[in-house]
Amino acid sequence: MPALLEIQDLKVHFHTRDGVVKAVDSVSLKVEPGEVVGIVGESGSGKSVTAYSLLGLIPMPPGRIEGGRALFQGTDLLRLNERELNAFRGRKISMIFQDPMTSLNPYLRVSTQLVEPLAIHEKLRGKAALHRAIDALESVGIDDAATRIHNYPHEFSGGMRQRVMIAMALITKPDLLIADEPTTALDVTVQKQVLEVIRKLQRDTGTAVIFITHDLAVVHDMCNTVNVLYAGRVIESAPASQLIHHPLHAYTRGLYRSNPSAHKKGEDLYSIPGLPPDLARLPTGCAFRPRNTLGDASLCLTDRQPKLVEITPGHFVQNCPGCLAKQPSI
Amino acid sequence: MLELKNIRKTFHKGRQSVVAVDDVSLNIQQGEILGLVGESGCGKSTLSRIVMQLLLPDSGSIHLGETNLSALPRSAIRRHRLDFQMVFQDPYASLNPRLTIFSTLGEALQQRHPGLKSTALRQRVGELLETVGLSQRLMQRYPHEFSGGQRQRIAIARALAPNPRIIIADEPVSALDVSIQSQILNLLRRLQADLGLTMLFISHDLAVVRYLADRIAVMHAGKIVETGDAEEVFNHPQQAYTKQLLASVPMLPATAANV
Repeated sequence: MPALLEIQDLKVHFHTRDGVVKAVDSVSLKVEPGEVVGIVGESGSGKSVTAYSLLGLIPMPPGRIEGGRALFQGTDLLRLNERELNAFRGRKISMIFQDPMTSLNPYLRVSTQLVEPLAIHEKLRGKAALHRAIDALESVGIDDAATRIHNYPHEFSGGMRQRVMIAMALITKPDLLIADEPTTALDVTVQKQVLEVIRKLQRDTGTAVIFITHDLAVVHDMCNTVNVLYAGRVIESAPASQLIHHPLHAYTRGLYRSNPSAHKKGEDLYSIPGLPPDLARLPTGCAFRPRNTLGDASLCLTDRQPKLVEITPGHFVQNCPGCLAKQPSI
Repeated sequence: MLELKNIRKTFHKGRQSVVAVDDVSLNIQQGEILGLVGESGCGKSTLSRIVMQLLLPDSGSIHLGETNLSALPRSAIRRHRLDFQMVFQDPYASLNPRLTIFSTLGEALQQRHPGLKSTALRQRVGELLETVGLSQRLMQRYPHEFSGGQRQRIAIARALAPNPRIIIADEPVSALDVSIQSQILNLLRRLQADLGLTMLFISHDLAVVRYLADRIAVMHAGKIVETGDAEEVFNHPQQAYTKQLLASVPMLPATAANV
């Protein structure tokens, strides 16, 4: 079966006064139908820019898609004009964002906002649309949906607003949901509930999900496959269960190691030294070299960019000898 | 060293009133890190403002060492305010963008030592920067020239400047990326060991609190529902709310670090 979405060698650069910022510089990844794919990385690693470019949400200028393809059910999303994209946005691909307050219109009742995608994409209006909207609210676990639907966004708590966003995103039964840090702004107990709603709906509807987060624990809770981004590139990609036990790249190993819950009190936390590189001045060769302490920085590539290779079936890693050095014996 | 006794604070809005802090008693020992955990709206920020003397409690008292702060007149509280310093969540908002790092830290130092000037002042600022792991060559720079993690180091240096007796850190690592977060946690732990720092560490991140805090207080709906040794609370939570809170946190298995 062909993949639902296949991103090949995506490059998105921003042309600024400071030079060319290579926010995404060669990202390739695949999403199979019904699969939950995680994208993890720190701020500035290119995870949101990757997702935004799929739906044409990159401000251009200064942004520019310099290369690559994003094949969604055979159509290259990167080549569509605004009108053609609108046939995909909110219908085949939906998106939810980190902050549910800024993505809902505070002046409009939730009902107005929920039926809008139905009117646009399915020409469904009036009572029928309202019933679908109430069903959608019920499916995300909002009690008394028939009454609550007439409330304004400010009458909902943060977690409830995010549920409304999820209901709105899934009301047209899209094939792909892009969730950009959907629980980062929420409390832990609320986060748990919202993650459960996403998981349940994903299972019930078979919608594939791209789950963007900086939280490794959440990724392992949610995703089948995980892509680790660093400096605008995928440095490692593997099934979640494989990655957690056998991360190969020095950066991925460092991320797991710096997790506080795996340290004894009074013991120094492992920390990746230094800062992520300046994306306007990326070094040639391995971008992680200056921070590589778990591998062997002296072996890192300096003359060319390491390529992503498949080490074991489904497990891809950037082939940089320095970052792959000193693997713990298994 | 710091003791809160039966603190109560109610906010009024029209006819409604909200009990934000409901009969809270807590103590923090010299050199100890007390972790305060709880969800948004549980009252932890109100409590920290009361500790900072930024907000007067309706009833209850705050004792610092032998002094009952609640019995002091406002002018005297002002003098004691230097003993409490705060580190905030957002290092972008908590540093004055128009001041160089030297001015920010120099001003904080002079609060306690008004006589500190020129060379001596510059030397102390340099020492402070080194203490938090920054080079003293950076003191003439402005906040925008620093990354989030470096700014948080500067914010910590500013809190240390007037030799406070206690530091209140309100979500100091929540806005930072994982790799930077661990650098700051290491710094705080080292400062506790080297300087005997006493700290009230407020966070919603239970893994972080468990790692850093000696003792933990769990707050829910204005009340402290459980306190105890950090490991003890994590391994054997007594209260239903604590159990629920712990069960909500997605945690990586401990073995994930053996890589």
